Amino acid sequence: MSSPKRIRVLVAKPGLDGHDRGAKVVARALRDAGMEVVYTGLRQTPEMIVEAAIQESVHVIGLSILSGAHNALLPRVTELLHKEGADDILVIAGGIIPEDDVPGLKKHGIAEVFGPGTRLSEIVDYIKAHVKL
Amino acid sequence: MSGNDDTEKALKQWEEGTVSKTLTKFPEREPKFETISGVPVKRLYTPLDSGCQDYQRSLGFPGEFPFTRGVQTTMYRGRFWTMRQYSGYGTARETNRRFRFLLEQGQTGLSVAFDLPTQVGYDSDHPMAQGEVGKVGVAINSIADMEVLFDSIPLDKVSTSMTINAPAAVLLAMYIAVAEKQGVQMDKLRGTIQNDILKEYVARGTYIYPPKSSMRLITDTFKFCSEKMPLWNTISISGYHIREAGSTAAQELAFTLANGIAYVEAAVKAGLDIDSFASRLSFFFGSHSDFFEEIAKFRAARRLWAKIMKERFKAKDDESCKMRFHTQTAGCTLTAQQPDNNVVRVTLQALQAVLGGTQSLHTNSRDEALSLPTEQSVQIALRTQQIIAHETGVGDTIDPIAGSYYVESLTDETERRAEEYIQKIDLMGGAIAAIEAGFMQREIQDSAYEYQKRVDARKRIVVGVNMFTEKEDREFDYLRVNPDLEKEQVVQLKRLREKRDHGLWKEAMRSLRVAAQGEVNLMPFIISAVKAFATVGEICGVLRQVWGEYKAPDIM
Amino acid sequence: MSATQLVEGVLSGNRRDLARLISLIEDEEPSVPEALGQLYRHTGRGHIVGITGPPGSGKSTLVTRMTTEYRTRNKTVGIVCVDPSSPFTGGALLGDRIRMQEHALDREVFVRSMGTRGHLGGLARATSDAVRAIDAFGKDIIIVETVGAGQSEVEVIDIAHTILVIDVPGAGDDIQAIKAGIMEIADIFVVNKSDMPGAERKVTEINAMLDTDPRERAWRPPVLMTNARDGEGIAGLVDTIDAHRKYLVDSGLLAEKGLQRSREELKTIMEHKLTTELMEKLKGLPEYERAIKKIADRSDDPYSVAERLITKFLADYGRRVAESERKR
Ligand code: B12
Ligand SMILES: Nc1nc2c(ncn2[C@@H]2O[C@H](COP(=O)(O)OP(=O)(O)O)[C@@H](O)[C@H]2O)c(=O)[nH]1
Ligand SMILES: [Mg+2]
Repeated sequence: MSSPKRIRVLVAKPGLDGHDRGAKVVARALRDAGMEVVYTGLRQTPEMIVEAAIQESVHVIGLSILSGAHNALLPRVTELLHKEGADDILVIAGGIIPEDDVPGLKKHGIAEVFGPGTRLSEIVDYIKAHVKL
Repeated sequence: MSGNDDTEKALKQWEEGTVSKTLTKFPEREPKFETISGVPVKRLYTPLDSGCQDYQRSLGFPGEFPFTRGVQTTMYRGRFWTMRQYSGYGTARETNRRFRFLLEQGQTGLSVAFDLPTQVGYDSDHPMAQGEVGKVGVAINSIADMEVLFDSIPLDKVSTSMTINAPAAVLLAMYIAVAEKQGVQMDKLRGTIQNDILKEYVARGTYIYPPKSSMRLITDTFKFCSEKMPLWNTISISGYHIREAGSTAAQELAFTLANGIAYVEAAVKAGLDIDSFASRLSFFFGSHSDFFEEIAKFRAARRLWAKIMKERFKAKDDESCKMRFHTQTAGCTLTAQQPDNNVVRVTLQALQAVLGGTQSLHTNSRDEALSLPTEQSVQIALRTQQIIAHETGVGDTIDPIAGSYYVESLTDETERRAEEYIQKIDLMGGAIAAIEAGFMQREIQDSAYEYQKRVDARKRIVVGVNMFTEKEDREFDYLRVNPDLEKEQVVQLKRLREKRDHGLWKEAMRSLRVAAQGEVNLMPFIISAVKAFATVGEICGVLRQVWGEYKAPDIM
Repeated sequence: MSATQLVEGVLSGNRRDLARLISLIEDEEPSVPEALGQLYRHTGRGHIVGITGPPGSGKSTLVTRMTTEYRTRNKTVGIVCVDPSSPFTGGALLGDRIRMQEHALDREVFVRSMGTRGHLGGLARATSDAVRAIDAFGKDIIIVETVGAGQSEVEVIDIAHTILVIDVPGAGDDIQAIKAGIMEIADIFVVNKSDMPGAERKVTEINAMLDTDPRERAWRPPVLMTNARDGEGIAGLVDTIDAHRKYLVDSGLLAEKGLQRSREELKTIMEHKLTTELMEKLKGLPEYERAIKKIADRSDDPYSVAERLITKFLADYGRRVAESERKR
């Protein structure tokens, strides 16, 4: 009788970055994998992202960023989530993020970073394996 | 047409005889072949296919209507295309250094990449600018930065392209003012502002104002330049970003020309005579990875635009019908894996652009998918163009691929597919209506997703990514933008605000606001404002208050 | 976490708990009915506005504008947007929020997107209960945007006090709303995109339509024009919604609707409970399986079998109830 639980994901574009091809392709792939995907469009501040994540009660936040501002913006997101007591949300990122920056981001609570050339199924599998429902 | 009949018969014999015999022993690689945009590709093209039966009408001669074979009469026999590497990062000082390096290396034009805050009309100290200053382009706040950017570069000698859209009028005003300081009058200035807001809504994302006000600002620049800057390209109507966002070749062509039609309509509606501004419209396309399809696209683009100008807009001057365009190799085909392979991709794509008759060219660097290009990488990219120009001989005769049965047929097919889209957009009420309804965006997204799925399923091979991969990627040095530059830039900005003549600034801002509320041409007001050291953020801020901001439709 | 654990948080204004409760409602977590039961007494305060109309007609834009207007009137707002789920994968792209960015950081506005998860009728199965939760949470105005797939999206009538049917000026003479069969449910018609040619004509057409309605109605649905993109006509629309609320209150219809809704709801809950219990009892019962076979081979008929099984179930049920009474 009970409907199967759906994984809910927020795909967000932090900062002024206008590269949305990857974000939209990933959003569609997650939908086609049976997830409910909230997309909020361009120019999102960390505050807006966290507020949307909370109101939508998502299990995953996927941040797509190709503008080089990741070190400034992504840790802000996890910091605000922590403040809201929402650390249980899985936060992952994708886009143009140099290898050297990945360890720092992981230290700040970004669970995984997916660069160019990532297969969509890899992202889907990762979420399914790591999401806390 | 007995010649055709003979060929038809012979072709049939070949298919049924030689071919089918071979196929039983050696089946072909694929059950069917198609271009990267999904146009079916036949085994063989013959005179039966090429649509250029009517040579004069469909091809003609270089420099003459319909310009299929080129817009200049002697093309590269006269002068090579302009080699123009898009660059900019950090502060004006650093970018100025990169510009001078490139000019020393034999580059023949400049192309400015601005940082994102500048492109969306925020100063370096705006809260939204945090972490973005100088990251992916140069930060320009005021005329002071602009002066440093072009320090020791004589503006009467170079042509400068500026990739700036919503704030295009502001940056043009700054360019004019800096040139004036150098003693160069604006009628001597050569260059381009991108100024193409419609594709920002569709594919690039640095929009500020809603369409109506944006279009007014654009027609203001058209009008201003048609009177005062005869050598300046007032717009670069861009398909590149549409293609990079994932479109097919036909969509790139169609949406670009549909946007072009909207600009021309707006200008005509604003009272401009078509032949007074049309020759200053320029275009910008991508050169993607399907070799022949791209060459065909460039040729189709020229022919289709010429027809549109003549038939739809009744242009009398042939100059108005010439589509001049810049080309950039396709960044989205370049991979983070095995980055040196990108040099080869770029070489082929650059060659396509040249065979397609481009007026200027940017070749991407091998580190495209890693970071902004290092100096070494950008040098190889520039050398690639120089090798094509000086060593291969491809520029020694005009439109050398013409007459290829395949390319001529593909030229026709691409044109046909684009025209179909343009018709659809006409029915929707034109490009602006189609964009507000999310039509172009949806089409592009569909294509992008389709493409990604094909790559994931290895139906489309990307060397180094889904075939011929290596376990470990080799170390590759990439460009890092110093994060401290942001602080430095903000300090400079503060100092400027304190130093400038406040009364002069205030008056300029007031007049600008009043002008924006009314209907006069804004260019003179913007020029006064930048001369009074008003910043990009302040000027765009006033216009934001008067006009509001664009809200993207939900096209998911 | 179970739904009942969230009740306190919802009632004390914790938006995260509200959001979680809505997820549990969507997931049909077992303690949801109990939690909703506890919240029930705190509901009935918010005014619920339903918005339906074809995709792209500007519903989300209108919701955003109305919210701005309500906020200037110091009203708090809750929004539920429903988008279709894929019938094949169950996945959904929920994009309405893109339009609502200007309220993104306003703590007095709560926005929730929802996939239909296979439910038809323009809403998700969970929409009604989610609206109730938001009501208990204390939002003054709750706006529900339906899928807008153009089918008969009449379900919104069960939850909304005021229903807006959106149409746009368009090619052709036919009124899209009529085609969709949602004409009858409108309390207010909104012709959005009044900046486009043909808006006045559309208004005339709808009015002409209303003239042919033979019913005696004290509230004749007004036909308004808005330009949601530029924010024109929004204050008037909000005034009209207020007027409709006043009409509902003054005419006693609100109370009547309340009764009606309570009656319906009780009936639905009872039906649901009875059927589940009945089926639970019958599942795997040899007698039940035998009866089905007999129906199939025509040696018995479904009517008599149903009669017998239900009578027996009710008798058993009665005995059980009497027993537990006696024990007490
Ligand atoms: C396409 C493209 C554009 C298009 C964007 C079109 C669009 N609507 O998206 C256009 C031409 C408009 C463009 C413009 C610019 N671009 Co650009 N662009 C690219 C390019 C070539 C490809 C990006 C892409 O779309 N790839 C295809 C998609 C499918 O891949 P992807 O985004 O990488 O996504 C994959 C993964 O990263 C990951 N992923 C991505 N997002 C997410 C999200 C989640 C949740 C997950 C799990 C995974 C994930 O999964 C995806 C699938 O594999 C890259 C270089 C490159 N080859 O990567 C430069 C690049 C990103 N651009 C760059 C720059 C500088 C710009 C500009 C800022 C230049 C300027 N100064 O004006 C402009 C401005 C754009 C803006 N408004 O922000 C730089 C950024 C440099 C940096 N970060 O240090 C790059 C790296 C090129 C370069 N080397 O200079 N660009
Ligand atoms: N011209 C015009 N466009 C509008 C108006 N209202 C909304 N739109 C546009 O219509 C498109 C669809 O709007 P949206 O709110 O997403 O529609 P929904 O699908 O009904 O929710 C968007 O591009 C809006 O900008 C209006 O009053 N006039
Ligand atoms: Mg909507």
